[in-house]
Amino acid sequence: MSTAALRPSTDTTPAYWRSGSRLRDWLLTHDHKRIAVLYLVSVTAFFFLGGFAAVLMRLELMTPGPDIVRDETYNRLFTMHGVIMVWFFLVPAIPSTLGNFLLPIMIGARDLAFPRINLASWYLFMVGGVLALGSILWGGADTGWTFYTPYSSTYSNSSVITMAMGIFLSGFSSVFTGLNFLVTVHTMRAPGMTWGKLPLFVWAHYATALIMVLATPVLAMLLILLTLERLLGVGVFDPRLGGDPVLFQHLFWFYSHPAVYIMVLPAQGVVSELVPCFSRRHIFGYRFIAGASLAIAIFGFLVWGHHLFVSGQSVYAGLIFSVLSFIVAVPSAIKVFNWTTTMYRGSIRLDTPMLYALGFIGLFSIGGITGLFLASLPVDVHVHDTYFVIAHFHYIMVGGTVLAYLGGIHFWWPKISGRMYPEGWGKFAALVVFVGFNLTFFPQFVLGYLGMPRRYHVYPPEFQVLNVMSSAGASILAVGYLLPLTYLIWSMRYAPRAGSNPWGATGLEWQTSSPPPTQNFEAYPPVVVNQPYGYEQVLVEELPRE
Amino acid sequence: MWDFPLFPEQASTIAPRVDALYFSLVAVAGGTGVLVAILVIVFAVRYRAGSAVSRRPLRIRSWKLETAWIVVPLLLFMGIFVWAGWLYANIQYPPADALDIYVIGKQWMWQAQHLGGQREINQLHVRVGQPVRLTLASQDVIHSYYIPAFRVKQDAVPGRYTSLWFTPTKTGRFHLFCAEYCGTQHSGMVGTIIVQNASEHAAWLQRSADAGGTGGETAWNAGAAGMSSAATGGALASPGSPMASRGLSPMAAAGERHFQRLGCTNCHESGSAQRAPFLTGLYGSQVSLADGSTVRADEQYLRQSILQPNARIVAGYPSPSLMPSFQGRLGEEQLAELLEYLKSQSTRSGAAEERR
Repeated sequence: MSTAALRPSTDTTPAYWRSGSRLRDWLLTHDHKRIAVLYLVSVTAFFFLGGFAAVLMRLELMTPGPDIVRDETYNRLFTMHGVIMVWFFLVPAIPSTLGNFLLPIMIGARDLAFPRINLASWYLFMVGGVLALGSILWGGADTGWTFYTPYSSTYSNSSVITMAMGIFLSGFSSVFTGLNFLVTVHTMRAPGMTWGKLPLFVWAHYATALIMVLATPVLAMLLILLTLERLLGVGVFDPRLGGDPVLFQHLFWFYSHPAVYIMVLPAQGVVSELVPCFSRRHIFGYRFIAGASLAIAIFGFLVWGHHLFVSGQSVYAGLIFSVLSFIVAVPSAIKVFNWTTTMYRGSIRLDTPMLYALGFIGLFSIGGITGLFLASLPVDVHVHDTYFVIAHFHYIMVGGTVLAYLGGIHFWWPKISGRMYPEGWGKFAALVVFVGFNLTFFPQFVLGYLGMPRRYHVYPPEFQVLNVMSSAGASILAVGYLLPLTYLIWSMRYAPRAGSNPWGATGLEWQTSSPPPTQNFEAYPPVVVNQPYGYEQVLVEELPRE
Repeated sequence: MWDFPLFPEQASTIAPRVDALYFSLVAVAGGTGVLVAILVIVFAVRYRAGSAVSRRPLRIRSWKLETAWIVVPLLLFMGIFVWAGWLYANIQYPPADALDIYVIGKQWMWQAQHLGGQREINQLHVRVGQPVRLTLASQDVIHSYYIPAFRVKQDAVPGRYTSLWFTPTKTGRFHLFCAEYCGTQHSGMVGTIIVQNASEHAAWLQRSADAGGTGGETAWNAGAAGMSSAATGGALASPGSPMASRGLSPMAAAGERHFQRLGCTNCHESGSAQRAPFLTGLYGSQVSLADGSTVRADEQYLRQSILQPNARIVAGYPSPSLMPSFQGRLGEEQLAELLEYLKSQSTRSGAAEERR
């Protein structure tokens, strides 16, 4: 095991969720684990709201003509889907739930560095979320999640400002989380927890936090500028007011491309924990995976211009952003090869979290490689703003982030809730999600190369068969999401209790009770002696029992 | 039911070249995807817990493997980049004999103006084998002119010109889509590219010119479509008019009338460069500016100089410029006509040379 001087917690210390059960004990808590649970409940609610919008869109797209919703409604639906899924699910999904819960425990700390800022971050997130939802009730915004000007600033007749302010506030929650992670990792590591022993989950969150802190303020400025132009007619983006509409795209993607890595780096961090644990093998290429996370965080800032290949930017700018976009794919490729090699000569168990991790490796690879298509200038010119792009980023965001999120939730569910989830249902749901996902999004690659533009409420009839396949897949996917929601809630009451370390995992978080006490560990400070991922030792200890 | 396309038609000279790159990428993607999938599945089966296989530590030094899978993908990616970048640079500029057509995007239609004065909405008639260069403008928000069968797409950005070119290789009707989300009826901003053989196209041009741009499928004067057409009204020159006989296309002739009506001649009169620069031969030439820099007098420069005369002042002329701004006084159509007139005042072949 990776630690010494740690004893399993006894029942004398109450679990974090037993110390005060009044509402105010939750709403005013400073415990990172409780805040993580608040976030978990919130992002789950947002996920299903955003998913509901997607279901309506997929229903509408079953036939080429307009059926169940009007164009105005359809445009509001995809805006709602994008805004909610990006800012109120994908960005906080892993960092603010699993990261918040696990990062301090993994490095042997009692809490994050700034517990009050952590709580404030959740409140900002919720106020932002309420504003965004309020804007939907108010009639909704119809600009798409990208808010391109001058449509959003001048022409759109919808509640753009409310939506933008909701995102503005949620952006600060993201900055607060990032700040907390950076300071905590720098200053609160337990004795012996050197940088070279940090779990890769923590490395990934460290890299993510850098992006959150450095990129999000640009989004905040952009949304303020957009609001000023829309509200007061200050000319920044609208050419009729002397502005430049393409400037908006540069600023938007200067945040939003790095934001893609905010969404996917933590997912890679989860997979870096799952693969060695269920392979009973030390992670292959620890330094390279950790380094790749930092490389992604840095190079991720230099590729925003690949979203502007058909906006009239110069040939030279196009070429430079193209080559950088190819380069940024290398660190992700390194990770995929290292995870795969970790499995070699392992002792592999295909429990639910591992199924999600393997699904992640496959789907994230497809998402990453189709990114190369989009980095190739002439191909991008053809597929830009088509369903090819939709398919590509859903392979990254859903096939990648959502699968890793689900894998992580199953893996750490015993730690968070103290109960096991039903394994049979877990495997079944993982299979349903995998099948449903591919049926939904693979046809969209074909649709995109055929030329079907995104954000189309009606479309030419020859695209119908592929759209019906996609809609059918979406219904399967919806079942795949509802299953875990159901059995995880069920498990909190009826499932068997989990021991402190049901997976035989090596991380510090498994050395304390499930669920952990408020102070995280019985004895402080935990002293870290061994390298992380000492699974060969675990395997040796397990062998006689098999 | 099962008769649906899986691959778009190739109907331009660019299409097969883009598709070759695409299929190579599909091969790379498929190869890598299958490789990773096979490894993951084989490992998951062969090294399943409890199987009787060797689990000794790896003998190979890990840095060798790491170096291999950093360098090999990087070289592969750079190879693809060079191919893609080379192709992109090669298809950037239209051939010298490309025919100019002006396209204006507005919520939610595409309006095309041919040099012969023909106008059409949500359609574009072109001749097979004829290179065509579209100059795109937008009257309101950002749109994007997309012809999947030609593998071309370009945003139409308000406040500036962008351009796009293609050479159709097949006759027929092809989809035209707006690819950049532009508001409520974005998915209705679609049309048809009609590629005709030479005789059909000549007949169409003749028929549409005879109609004076006001009849048949070119009926753009009616209703919302004709928002700024009142100024030019039915005054479009037809091929038989005196102006056409002076070698001006009807579109340039319309531009000449704007030139006179707006009083441009007061200062920009040929032979007198006292108050304002000489405009004959301007298009495509290099212009020295007051700040010491040089700019090529392309569509973008001419547009800016008409709408914001103070933006780039020609060397030797006073700053601020004496010229009034025409921002808000010219619709995109009139601006395009004026531009075509200015272009007609320099030799067409010379201008085409400059573009290359």
